[in-house]
Amino acid sequence: MQTTFPRLLLEHAAARPAAPALREKEFGIWQTLSWSALRGLVESLACGLAQAGLQRGQHLVVIGENRPRLYASMLAAQSLGAIPVPLYQDAAAGEFVFPIVNADVPFAVVEDQEQVDKLLEVRGRCPTLTRIWFDDPRGLRNYREPGLAPLDELVEAGRAFASSNPDFFRGEVAKAQPGDVAAMFFTSGTTGNAKGVVHSHETLIDRAAAGARFDKLSCDDEVLAYLPPAWIGQNIFSYAQWLVCGYVVNCPESASTVMLDLKEIGPTYYFAPPRVFEGLLTSVMIRMEDAAPIKRWLFDRCMAHARRVGSARMDGKPLSWLDRLGWALGNLLIYSPLRNSLGFSRVRVAYTAGEAIGPDLFIFYRSLGINLKQLYGSTETAVFVCLQPDHEARSDTVGVPIEGVEIRVTESGEILVRSPGLLKEYYRDAAATAEVLTPEGWYKTGDAGFLDPAGHLKIIDRAKDVGRIVGGENDGALFAPRYVENKLKFFPYVKEAVAFGDGRDRVCAFVNIDMEAVGNWAEKRNLAYSSYADLSQKPPVLELIRDCVEKVNADLAGDDKLAGSQISRFLVLHKELDADDGELTRTRKVRRGFISDRYASLLEALYAGESHRYVETEVKFEDGRTGRVAADLKIVDAKTFPVTRRAA
Amino acid sequence: MSLVAASTAAPAAPAVEGAPEAAVATLARRGIGEVVLEVKDISLAFGGVKALTDISFDVREHEIRAIIGPNGAGKSSMLNCINGVYQPQKGSISLRGRTFAHMNPRQVAEMGVARTFQSLALFKGMSVLDNIMAGRNLKMKTNLFQQAIRWGAAEREETANRRVVEGIIDFLEIQAYRKTPVGKMPYGLQKRVDLGRALAMEPQVLLLDEPMAGMNVEEKQDMSRFILDVNDEFGTTIVLIEHDMSVVMDLSDRVVVLDYGKKIGDGTPAEVRHNPEVIRAYLGTAH
Repeated sequence: MQTTFPRLLLEHAAARPAAPALREKEFGIWQTLSWSALRGLVESLACGLAQAGLQRGQHLVVIGENRPRLYASMLAAQSLGAIPVPLYQDAAAGEFVFPIVNADVPFAVVEDQEQVDKLLEVRGRCPTLTRIWFDDPRGLRNYREPGLAPLDELVEAGRAFASSNPDFFRGEVAKAQPGDVAAMFFTSGTTGNAKGVVHSHETLIDRAAAGARFDKLSCDDEVLAYLPPAWIGQNIFSYAQWLVCGYVVNCPESASTVMLDLKEIGPTYYFAPPRVFEGLLTSVMIRMEDAAPIKRWLFDRCMAHARRVGSARMDGKPLSWLDRLGWALGNLLIYSPLRNSLGFSRVRVAYTAGEAIGPDLFIFYRSLGINLKQLYGSTETAVFVCLQPDHEARSDTVGVPIEGVEIRVTESGEILVRSPGLLKEYYRDAAATAEVLTPEGWYKTGDAGFLDPAGHLKIIDRAKDVGRIVGGENDGALFAPRYVENKLKFFPYVKEAVAFGDGRDRVCAFVNIDMEAVGNWAEKRNLAYSSYADLSQKPPVLELIRDCVEKVNADLAGDDKLAGSQISRFLVLHKELDADDGELTRTRKVRRGFISDRYASLLEALYAGESHRYVETEVKFEDGRTGRVAADLKIVDAKTFPVTRRAA
Repeated sequence: MSLVAASTAAPAAPAVEGAPEAAVATLARRGIGEVVLEVKDISLAFGGVKALTDISFDVREHEIRAIIGPNGAGKSSMLNCINGVYQPQKGSISLRGRTFAHMNPRQVAEMGVARTFQSLALFKGMSVLDNIMAGRNLKMKTNLFQQAIRWGAAEREETANRRVVEGIIDFLEIQAYRKTPVGKMPYGLQKRVDLGRALAMEPQVLLLDEPMAGMNVEEKQDMSRFILDVNDEFGTTIVLIEHDMSVVMDLSDRVVVLDYGKKIGDGTPAEVRHNPEVIRAYLGTAH
């Protein structure tokens, strides 16, 4: 598809001017913005920005939740040939400095007082930043900062300019080429500094269209935009595909109302990382435990039936008439109401990606009649590399390469991708670009995996994280930390896990408990606790986690390649790993190197065979202040199992 | 959204006899205006118990005035007198220069004075939305029959009032609890709903009876922020009864100190803190 995002906007506004483009819930009511109204808003903003001095090729920083006017600002920038750079709205102020300085950013459009305060805090370190516009004026009435103004002012100025120069907007849009840079996304990387991934209209639109064709998306679809706009996945689902297909994107009222808004909208096309699905299942199970006995019995019977026949039914396999009747009855009584209460009544396609999803979890949703599938991709590939077809969704693969994608696996097991959606470059970082893009146009994903006989791609781990055990009884065995961590995280009680073992004689792990699930478990056993730190060290909780670890070990023992990755010792951390402390990336991926440095004393204790160790850690609060959390952590030994050959 | 037309220009510093230069400058910067509520020689007794004896103080427009004192000092009684719930035996209360002999609560409310309650007099079975709508009672002009049939004028009025209430819900950041029965909500949030109901009246003077009672540090910080926001955005004058000294010192412009029904201190927080009478009666001394 050879076009640009602003041109797509103009096409939709011309073809279906009254159709809804965006909805935002404000004051309890869903306010709709039609395509023609959106076009008008974008034109005003573009004219305003042009008047303010935004040049072709410059960058515009956009920070905030999903809001129609922020989306309009991105389109307005693109109309002028400028490049929107969305940043994570929950980042600390200091994290904004590098992107702004690196790209000499002159203007920023932000959502509210929180973001304005953060930018003002670092303004001294960003000399190129001259203007900041804000969407929500609450709390900003008395601010007198040079260059700070409400977005309304920009819209007004732009409207005035547009009425006296009616052809300016069209003219600017016509100047853009599909190969021009459309947006820049920062991948926070599990190691090192953030890198700006540069994408053109072509790369994003191509992949968006390929994905849309794969799942037969149309202008009748409804999507809920609730993930951070700085993440490319959110941009693809709610911006690129939105403009390609012309469907409706709904912006929730606030972060706390997302689940309620999900139920109200009933999206047809949905994406969430595995932890959201896990969280939903946990909350369902917790509520079921408090339900009346007859409801519990009904739920258990129906879920057992679903587990047996549900997946087969979703995959289109033939079922006996008795099974079909049973499922229909279960649907009436349990599955349909349950889908409704989760907000999934109208979901045609639901995707998950980013981490491995537990097989039980995957089967749970599919057997309920929710078409949950996995996909594979990254910021550098404009997301869509592999997708699972509707009838071939399995928990242990990430799908088949879709149109336009070529996949190759090197001898060392690394996956290479060639597709029209690859990044143009890392912004102003030729060295890093050369590291990942080969001269023949292959992108080195950095993931280790293989293609199975059915043509599906299977991911083992990040290539550079795959290590070897040195010494001990498993000398030379393969150690895949993510693989082990994911297996642990399949248990609802484990929120996060970090496994260590490369170059060591055995595998040890840090575990974070899930407060909601373990808290509920503790309450059911009349175990009193005061805080997360307190709950995490209670002996029954440690037993519970040990149970999970040993189950994982038993499972690993059956895999001859990875049996050496069994966990010998572990401890439960007294505080959750947090992106604000640098332990996780903004997309909640574990930063292994950073964690092993920060908690070096705990690692030492684990491998030295100590039974407990006192630790004090500095934590960073959301407003940038720091505090200290201390605890005496107990270290637990777990049983490992001898390798058993698994039947082929 | 502005519930009350706040004065945009800071008025000239009011003549305050004997006040130091710094205090005058602060008053000017805060946009604090003329006296809006004046209490003169109020005495209230319940049989032999003298709850209040000759209390006089004033409250200026846009300021945050705190009333503090040990338990039983008569603070809630004072607020109830201003509110019209109790009729004092002696003394008068003037609102914007108009003095009243006897006021009932409805008249006081109609004059733009709203209050919250220490014990949260909310309708526990009703949703947050309905509770705050109840605060719009005085602004509704349609009668019972029109509302029962909800046709025409009543429908339009309902929509207009709903818009205002949604604005308040947005302001207090309780959108997620809009339809939740108040009884199911945590205590801190219930207090927010109480505040919302008082704000629904678009008051010019807001009487807060121990808004921080029973809250932990985080909740107190939230509530302080909302009180400051109300004062800042809507220009509402606030009279606040509070026990937490740090809150009083941080939030208020001026403080009245009561002890056993008598006024023992009146001035800025800094002045009151160093008043030996106040220290002896309330803040405590080493013996």
